[in-house]
Amino acid sequence: MDNIQNATSTQAEKRGLFRELYQYRDLLLMVTWRDIKIRYKQSLMGFLWALLMPVLVVGAGVIAMIAFSRVSGHGFDKAAIFSVAVRSVSWAFFAAGVRFGTNSLIMNKELVTKIYFPREILPLASVLASFVDFAVAIAVLVIVLSIVKIGVTIHLLWVPVLILLLTSITMGVSILLSCANLFFRDVKYLVEILLTYGIFFTPVLYSAKSLGKMGTLMLVNPIGPILEGLSSVVIQHQAPDLKWLANSAAWAILGFALFWKIFEKAESSFAERI
Amino acid sequence: MAGTIYVDGVWKKFARGENFDSLRDLIPGLAKRLLSRPVSQELRKKEFWALQDVSFSVKPGEALAIIGPNGSGKSTMLKLLSRILKPNKGSISVTGRLGALIELGAGFHPDLTGRENIYLNGTILGMKRAEIDRKFDEIVDFSGLSAFLDMPVKRYSSGMYARLGFSVAVHVDPDVLLVDEVLSVGDYHFQEQCFRKMQQFCRQGTTLVFVSHNLTAVSTLCTAALVLKSGTPVFRGDISGAIQKYHSFYEADLKSRHLEIVDSRLMVNGGSDANVIEPGARVVFEVEVKALAEIRDAHPGVQVHTPDGQCLFATAASRLTKDRLNLLPGQSATLVFSFDMNLQGGVFLLGFTVSPEIETPGEWLYYNPRLKRLVLTEDRRCAGVLHLNPSLDIVSQPGVIDPRSCQEVSL
Repeated sequence: MDNIQNATSTQAEKRGLFRELYQYRDLLLMVTWRDIKIRYKQSLMGFLWALLMPVLVVGAGVIAMIAFSRVSGHGFDKAAIFSVAVRSVSWAFFAAGVRFGTNSLIMNKELVTKIYFPREILPLASVLASFVDFAVAIAVLVIVLSIVKIGVTIHLLWVPVLILLLTSITMGVSILLSCANLFFRDVKYLVEILLTYGIFFTPVLYSAKSLGKMGTLMLVNPIGPILEGLSSVVIQHQAPDLKWLANSAAWAILGFALFWKIFEKAESSFAERI
Repeated sequence: MAGTIYVDGVWKKFARGENFDSLRDLIPGLAKRLLSRPVSQELRKKEFWALQDVSFSVKPGEALAIIGPNGSGKSTMLKLLSRILKPNKGSISVTGRLGALIELGAGFHPDLTGRENIYLNGTILGMKRAEIDRKFDEIVDFSGLSAFLDMPVKRYSSGMYARLGFSVAVHVDPDVLLVDEVLSVGDYHFQEQCFRKMQQFCRQGTTLVFVSHNLTAVSTLCTAALVLKSGTPVFRGDISGAIQKYHSFYEADLKSRHLEIVDSRLMVNGGSDANVIEPGARVVFEVEVKALAEIRDAHPGVQVHTPDGQCLFATAASRLTKDRLNLLPGQSATLVFSFDMNLQGGVFLLGFTVSPEIETPGEWLYYNPRLKRLVLTEDRRCAGVLHLNPSLDIVSQPGVIDPRSCQEVSL
């Protein structure tokens, strides 16, 4: 009896937000695995790309920072370089997750029009696949930071919380944009533009504090306080600025819920509008 | 109960073009869509009804065929049942685990290997990982592709692709199986294998909804049918009635300016008009025609076809008698054919034609390959469509005790 109850599904039935996702957890993992797998299939370096990318991202950040310090005449210290490394790796995760997530529905047109399953799986799996690359980058950072003896403090307990907030915002934004991109294909170009310019409105290459008034704008951007927070707990050994972090948390929780709701409303017309 | 389908007053509309013409319409349009779920029944411009007021139900274990011309809404109906699309009005309820063969291998990723795709496609179709682990060998055996498991599916032939897709899909073990014209791929033996698998599902009590243009397959597999025409259900009932309804859409093509049919009757043993016939019966087929133009030395003929139009039997006056059909305009005649109905177990169509004095293939004074439909009951002594009135005597040789010869006889 219980079995039948479980399998019973009617269109009229209201879907629980997380219940259906739990039911389809194998699918979420499988699609994530597929996204990782095909990214490195038929490539020369294969999974080495996952290691090389963060190195390149950090390299770009460091070059920019050296250029800044030359122009301004101030020197820079070791801590500043590692701070840029932490920030740029996190930003790279956000950018990759959003970029990949935005295209997730239209890249899987076949699935959307031919088979039923909760469509949230697709943008969520894209973000999870980007998260795997992020995890590789984190592992590299941990090794480097322990070699240079950056030090361990109680503040490191903030790291999982901050990463969770960042992931949740990335997922929320991806869910919304994947759905928008399904209806209007120009969304993916807008996303590219926003991500390109976004790096100037996010404290990636420099800290928000060093910019004064302009810095406040960067903290309004929900990614800003998270990057600041990560740098402050890992490098400066200070607790994050809770006031601004509340802004990020609101986006991570309320924004996520709202974007999911919008996605669910629009979901029923995906197959005919794609 | 698992395996029940209820469809109640379902309407579905589609847009012919894009819905938003400009960015100006988009913002208010989108806002309205998101804030309320408008169940507007009026059609906006460029919209049309793909399905109109469709209601039916399927009991557990029943096999329902959905037939109709191209564009009549069959595939839309299947997509609604499988929850890919949502109706604009009405409700659909499907209880139990649903398996849909709408397109084989739709979830395959070309860069992944066969093995990886079995797992990927299996989970997409609703199986758990552990379940696939358990059924993996069975799936591979069914597909017959064990030698190609580690090859990316982009290097597969289209037949191999379909085989793997079907193999995964049928191992979902659904309570309700939706099948959309997928048997047409693969070679003959694989088609047969698929067909047997579907029959096995039916015997196990799986509810089946089958969309196909292959009317022979439909009549073998299904017990009931729904006929759609331009999105409207026009018939729900037994297969033979559905096939007749389906063919009746094309009745207009059969009009002749030479003669018309006044009446036609099929009789067994001098009884009245019948369409359910016992295998092997001697039948009399009477056709009463009226000439619209002068007809001279014409050859009336009769044929028996499968529902798909394959000709099983044909004969005409030129082969049977020296008599010819001669009529003046307005004059009538009755043609009386008789023959043994050595067919069994299925739906057949009885055709009637009149060819001109000099018979030329494809030239007719009158042509209707499906004037009447017949249902032949099943003779439990045999299978297939021919009724050859079989019998068997097993003759034991007294005194012979070689076991090998006994075996040969029993074979």
